[in-house]
Amino acid sequence: MTAVASTPTPTQQHWTPDTAAVHEALVAGARPRPQGPLAASATFGWRTLLRIKHVPEQLFDVTAFPVMMTLIFTFLFGGALAGSVDAYIQFFLPGILVQSILMITMYTGVALNTDIEKGVFDRIRSLPVWRPSALVGALLGDVLRFTLASAVIISLGLLLGFRPDGGPLGVLGAVGLLLVFAFALGWIWTFLALRLQTPNAVMGWSMLVITPLTFGSNIFVDPSTMPGWLQAFVDVNPVSHLVTAVRGLMHGEAMAGDVGMVLLWSALLVAVLGPLTMRRYGNRS
Amino acid sequence: MTIAEVAAVRGPGRPAEEPAIETEGLVKRFGATRAVDGVDLVIPRGGVHGFLGPNGAGKTTTIRMLATLIRPDEGTARVFGHDVVREADAVRARVSLTGQFASLDEDLTGDENLRLLARLLGYPRAEGRARAEQLLDAFGLTDAAGKQVKKYSGGMRRRIDIAASIVVRPDLIFLDEPTTGLDPRSRNQVWEVIRALVRGGTTVLLTTQYLDEADQLADRISVIDAGRVVAEGSPGELKASVGTGTLQVRVRRPDQRADARDLLTRVLGVEVREQSDPAGLTAAIGDAGPVARALTALEDADIGLAQYALGQPSLDEVFLALTGHTAETVPPSRDGATSEETPA
Repeated sequence: MTAVASTPTPTQQHWTPDTAAVHEALVAGARPRPQGPLAASATFGWRTLLRIKHVPEQLFDVTAFPVMMTLIFTFLFGGALAGSVDAYIQFFLPGILVQSILMITMYTGVALNTDIEKGVFDRIRSLPVWRPSALVGALLGDVLRFTLASAVIISLGLLLGFRPDGGPLGVLGAVGLLLVFAFALGWIWTFLALRLQTPNAVMGWSMLVITPLTFGSNIFVDPSTMPGWLQAFVDVNPVSHLVTAVRGLMHGEAMAGDVGMVLLWSALLVAVLGPLTMRRYGNRS
Repeated sequence: MTIAEVAAVRGPGRPAEEPAIETEGLVKRFGATRAVDGVDLVIPRGGVHGFLGPNGAGKTTTIRMLATLIRPDEGTARVFGHDVVREADAVRARVSLTGQFASLDEDLTGDENLRLLARLLGYPRAEGRARAEQLLDAFGLTDAAGKQVKKYSGGMRRRIDIAASIVVRPDLIFLDEPTTGLDPRSRNQVWEVIRALVRGGTTVLLTTQYLDEADQLADRISVIDAGRVVAEGSPGELKASVGTGTLQVRVRRPDQRADARDLLTRVLGVEVREQSDPAGLTAAIGDAGPVARALTALEDADIGLAQYALGQPSLDEVFLALTGHTAETVPPSRDGATSEETPA
């Protein structure tokens, strides 16, 4: 180190362009075939991970936030709703897992809108790679964050007395299904991100979508006490199917119907919003 | 096949038929505004082509269409013969964007940004790392390789932007106001880099509000105002097209000024004005040819000159003459800002 420090190196500010080196670097640039759709998506996923490395605060919303939600709801409502914290958490943990992960998915849209605002988006769109790969990659990178959040919540649940009858396999299956749905839901946020002008607007609209989806479901309580119109909404809400399926898988009493509905909704979201999003993506002014 | 072999197969030798850029009647509307209102361009390969115009003139919107980022509403545009709508991928494979057109991920380091681009553009992992190193070295950024881009100074930022745009050698590079906000030293550095790119065979399309920058770098200039190309030519041609330059003389003895004026009027065949300086005269001239004769005639008539000067009009004067306003008097909103505020 000392040897380096004693050598007077020109500082960055006083760089004199070595035009020969610039020229050489330019002409040395090969022109390989650009990455294919899968490889490019993986590279964009890698970018999401690099961003986590540099902005570790991003992990705050997948760790501290779910922990807070789980603790607050378990201890606040546990006694009132199910007689005891221990009884409530068997019912509630799968629900709060779903709620936390779905809320975190909103950051995908906010991050995309920030990219647009900063001009990174235009650089990416000007590259000769499969266009959806930037979005698919970002969503895949986020799936890793969701996995981390799931691990945090389930670990906390186990500490609080959550005992899934479905065993490790049931829990893994439940998390897997949740991740599939979270990836599909991500397309709503990317679509909003491309339609709206600022990250704040994206956040606002996302809250407007996510709040009825998560609270108007069977996450917190059994819908049988709700008024009829609300029950009707809860029944068609895909989040209710997801919660039922996740609960079922974790407790070893999964119903194929609910799992099927979740997969169907996921496919539908991607099939409808994927092309709509990509159309906006291709021609966003 | 290795990268070198692929490069050898595709090679630098391209058919020279199609120009770098060719547009016909290009139009882009944002709501009721015609941001680009019928632009016709033919930009040959090689060299630097300047887009000169005030903020909001349509420079950025035109370039965004050429770079396949937005679709034209009317007209056609071809880049190296490829239609920007129907053959967008072929266009993307050959062009690069820099500066405000396309930025890097500021949270990542310079090295990570370059490696990311190298990977996407098809470099295998190890080659991509080597390529990033080579570029950082060439642009004097090796010491800053591990720093987040947001911590770079203005000059370093422009350099990493340009480095990122040549990870794969582009045939055409769009530089958006590459020296705006830079100190004179950094500005010169960027100019040197641009000249190096041109020597490497890349066509450069440069937008600028700085007339001296266009004058310094551009082989040809399109002056753009209110969505249209209002003039086109080399810097010299543009200056000549608005008339020309001026001859200024100061006679040694002020009492000879009237004689000198008559003589110059006769020889140059143009109006000669008396300056407020009692010995000074100014003549607007069409071309410099008769000037030598006029000076000789003054000498023959024994009218001694203290001083004479022949000047071309500055590009500022050209701009004023062509658009009716100077480049600086336009409200300083960011070019293309209208496009971002109008939901399309």
